[in-house]
Amino acid sequence: MRWPIQLLLGSALFAVFLIAALLSLIWTPYPVTELAIADKLSPPSADHWLGTDHLGRDMVSMLMAGARTSIAVALLAVGIGIALGVPLGLAAAARRGTLLDEVIMRGNDLVFAFPSLVIAILITAVFGPSAVNAILAIGIFNVPVFARVARGAALTVWPREFILAARVAGKGAALISAEHILPNIANLLVVQGTIQFSMGILAEAGLSYVGLGAQPPTPSWGRMLADAQTFFYAYPRLALLPGLCIVMTVLGLNLMGDGLRDFLDPRLRRAVR
Amino acid sequence: MIHYTATRLLSLTLSLVAASLVVFAVVEVIPGDPAAYMLGLNAAPEAVEALRDELGLTGSLAERYFSWAGGMLRGDFGTSFTYRVPVADLVAQRLWVSVPLAIFALVLSTLIALPVGMLAAARRGRATDYGIMGATQLGIAVPNFWFAMLLVVLLAITWPIFPAGGFPGWDAGFWPALKALTLPAVALALPQASILARVMRSALIETLGQDYIRTARAKGLTEGQAIRNHGMRNAMIPVLTIIGLQFSFLLAGAIIIEKVFFLPGLGLLIFQGITQRDLVVVESVVMLLVFAVILVTFLVDLAYAAVDPRLRHGR
Amino acid sequence: MIALDGVSLGIGGQPILHNVSLRIDAGKVLGLVGESGSGKSMTALSVMRLLPEAATLTGQISLEGRDLTALSERQMCAVRGADVGMIFQEPMTALNPVQSIGDQVAETLLVHGAAGRAEAARIARERLTRVGMSPDRFPLDRFPHELSGGQRQRVCIALAIALRPKLLIADEPTTALDVTTQAKILELIRELVREEGMGCLLISHDLAVVAQMSDRIAVMKSGEVVEHGPTSDVLEQMQHPYTRALFEASRHQPNRTHERNGDPLLEVREAVRDYPLKRARLFGPRPSFRAVDGVSLTIQRGESLGLVGESGCGKSTLTRAILGLEPLQDGSILLDGKPVTPEMPADLRRRMQVVFQDPYGSFNPRHRVRRLLAEPFHLTGRPADMEARLVEALESVGLAPSDLEKFPHEFSGGQRQRIAIARALVARPDLIVLDEAVSALDVSIRAQILDLLVELQARHGLTYLFISHDLTVVRAVTDRVLVMRAGRIVESGETEAVFAAPRNPYTQALLAAAPVLPAA
Repeated sequence: MRWPIQLLLGSALFAVFLIAALLSLIWTPYPVTELAIADKLSPPSADHWLGTDHLGRDMVSMLMAGARTSIAVALLAVGIGIALGVPLGLAAAARRGTLLDEVIMRGNDLVFAFPSLVIAILITAVFGPSAVNAILAIGIFNVPVFARVARGAALTVWPREFILAARVAGKGAALISAEHILPNIANLLVVQGTIQFSMGILAEAGLSYVGLGAQPPTPSWGRMLADAQTFFYAYPRLALLPGLCIVMTVLGLNLMGDGLRDFLDPRLRRAVR
Repeated sequence: MIHYTATRLLSLTLSLVAASLVVFAVVEVIPGDPAAYMLGLNAAPEAVEALRDELGLTGSLAERYFSWAGGMLRGDFGTSFTYRVPVADLVAQRLWVSVPLAIFALVLSTLIALPVGMLAAARRGRATDYGIMGATQLGIAVPNFWFAMLLVVLLAITWPIFPAGGFPGWDAGFWPALKALTLPAVALALPQASILARVMRSALIETLGQDYIRTARAKGLTEGQAIRNHGMRNAMIPVLTIIGLQFSFLLAGAIIIEKVFFLPGLGLLIFQGITQRDLVVVESVVMLLVFAVILVTFLVDLAYAAVDPRLRHGR
Repeated sequence: MIALDGVSLGIGGQPILHNVSLRIDAGKVLGLVGESGSGKSMTALSVMRLLPEAATLTGQISLEGRDLTALSERQMCAVRGADVGMIFQEPMTALNPVQSIGDQVAETLLVHGAAGRAEAARIARERLTRVGMSPDRFPLDRFPHELSGGQRQRVCIALAIALRPKLLIADEPTTALDVTTQAKILELIRELVREEGMGCLLISHDLAVVAQMSDRIAVMKSGEVVEHGPTSDVLEQMQHPYTRALFEASRHQPNRTHERNGDPLLEVREAVRDYPLKRARLFGPRPSFRAVDGVSLTIQRGESLGLVGESGCGKSTLTRAILGLEPLQDGSILLDGKPVTPEMPADLRRRMQVVFQDPYGSFNPRHRVRRLLAEPFHLTGRPADMEARLVEALESVGLAPSDLEKFPHEFSGGQRQRIAIARALVARPDLIVLDEAVSALDVSIRAQILDLLVELQARHGLTYLFISHDLTVVRAVTDRVLVMRAGRIVESGETEAVFAAPRNPYTQALLAAAPVLPAA
């Protein structure tokens, strides 16, 4: 079968930033917290491949560490969404039409009424700003997304005859959900996971930009953009580079998601064969 | 239809009550003593006591909730602790910036996205489709505030067509005010339009595989007629869902974009509220945003019923 | 009037139709019969030229002297709906859910410019009335979801014949409908053909339907017409061996030698099952629907009991209660004297197994046959000789031990149904519920599976509860039969006695409606 070009391209694009993020854990060209006011706003050179920012910090190092923050926040937020949302969605589907289903779905609607920025505002107003806020805010927003996707997909699997056969074999709702439902909706969850991952990167950038996310000295792409705003006209490099990093990472993840969907969708697979 | 509307209204009310309980709990219960929190660590005990009185923090939790919620129903949001004016007045001014901005962006996004999505669906698998899909893929990946910064540099500084920021107020005339909101609205709308166009395209293509399209073709409709007469209306159902969801993204996005353009909207108000620990302001604005999202959900539900007779007849 | 001459069709290089020649006369019905994949529907779609983009069509399709294959897409649009109308198998999805039925019928007239808006509405009204949708019960502003399957199919017919086409193509028009509805729709089609002088191409997998409806019959196999002629000639002579095989399989009677034992295995006493419905008013009481209304029945050890009824009669609900999947609101079910409930012990559950209708939906597509077959061991714990028992079950349904390692999609529909039977056998049950177990199969496969079931019953002393809407099948393989309608058993008795002399008016109507193959 044909390998979707989108999947390859997207994975390659994302891999660049993932590797940069992982590498930043053990090595960056310069320490990201080291200020060198004397070197500030220097153009790209052999020492500083992409130049330095307004505080003299090395841009390459900042972007690498920024990738780490973005990816870590978005990934943990997806983790929260899956860990809480999928079981809730599966439970709602297993008990469809009951009070439990109603409670879970109304709870979902309630959380949906709070955009992640609003959750972040609430958390920050009460606990003060930090990168953990961003994880929590985006993570909480992801919970109903995954719950809804899991429930919707599970509802299409439940009426199928192999589920009835499993019930005739005496299996309970929890076992059926784990053994029969989950594997059959995993494709959709993986695709949704990459979408939420890319949305998480965007959301983290937005939150850091307005000061509700990662706090100095933790580098993040959103903060770098906020810092660069005043220098944009004079030093466009400072704002263009972090922005392009965000675009590339998100683009890579979205292409991966689309490619995965084509790759995993059994309807398409049947059509290809 | 009446049954359906009544059910949706009930659900709207319940959502509002639940949301207000959540906001109340987070802002007034979790910090312990909001008055002490707002004044900071070094405040004099008498000052804290005075603020507690002023905020009405003396009663039980239930009393406080009902007085707060009751006040909001009457349009009384309390008095800002930093500005010393009623929050309702502060919010009212700011709404005149944020709401037109969000609506402007939503209209722009919908007007761009629907025709583009239809075009891509009609030309599916051809160059036009690939071009549109590529462009929207990129559009989704661009953070709106960064796009806003690019727009400022290009269309306000390099070629000064639009103002780079600030808001003259509607008193200065409709066109200057609209002009000030144009770049922010474009920045907000384009990423959303990219998403919506893709949804429109896939919803239309999805309907093309349906049996009723085959029936229409057997009646003698051309493919284009079948899409227009039968595909469109059915495709509107998923598209409406996304338009509804987008409104909440646009509201949140507007708050961020206001910072790029220094627009005196709800965004700036709420960030000042956070830095000055003015919980009264934060609480009110958050509640207002949540109300807007819930209201839009309700409107979208009504729109579903307009499109889909199965809902109108109460099934 | 319309003639296909040497029509061949390929899709993406894959040959679909080969040298198909047919003739349909005005006022006559040509029945096109064949098993799934024989190319019947593709023949119809070739006439309509509603083919996938990669299709290449050769040969001639002439409609009153005009060669349709030579027409441009634009010209074909003018032909579709005006000269040739078509209805499809699935009335539930064939209509646009968000448009009123009046608009959908009127559209045929509007799109061909045959009438203005008001005139189109008037004609739509007249055509709907003609197909039996009276103005008082079915005003033009009704939406499809307010109609039953049979009513929707009538709307589809109305929009297909709105312009009085010369040819009506009906592709399995009644396959998704109940027998009594089927009889009415077929009757309507026959009337229309006669009155309006249309030609009709009737496509069906059901030889009995085709035999009863058609003036001429064409039999298709693997994209070719193997026999074509006047109905009586085809049925009498059956020149092609495939026609003969199809005919034999359609009326196949398995050789049943198994003896009933007499003592009751399963008893259902006054069973009642209610479903809660949605509230009609916001704070009104929650209404409920009584799907099973005081049903009593006994299944004797070693017998085959048939349960027939149309969709919505409650037979599926009753089945789920018998299997102990859903609770009863009143009454009881006893298996060997022990109560059957959703909480019943595993060993009791083991003694009842089930085979479902859909050979594609019956298995988790991600599991191998080994794991699929072993599922009932959840009830017993894995026996030490599990492997041997899996192989034994597989071999007893005619599959090979090596099939254990395969995935369900590697099998044909008939083979999958064999695997489903093997899964039911593996726990060594007393009772097997066959829930429309052969309804989705082609006649030749169906005959094989029926033989297998009869053989297994004799070998393992099994008891069958055979649930089906297909009266022919029930008659062929059951000892006794129950007829269910609106939640109640309206008639019961020895199968032959009931079929020979039904006493209940509903049973009589059901039997009268069922199309029957003429004796060979």
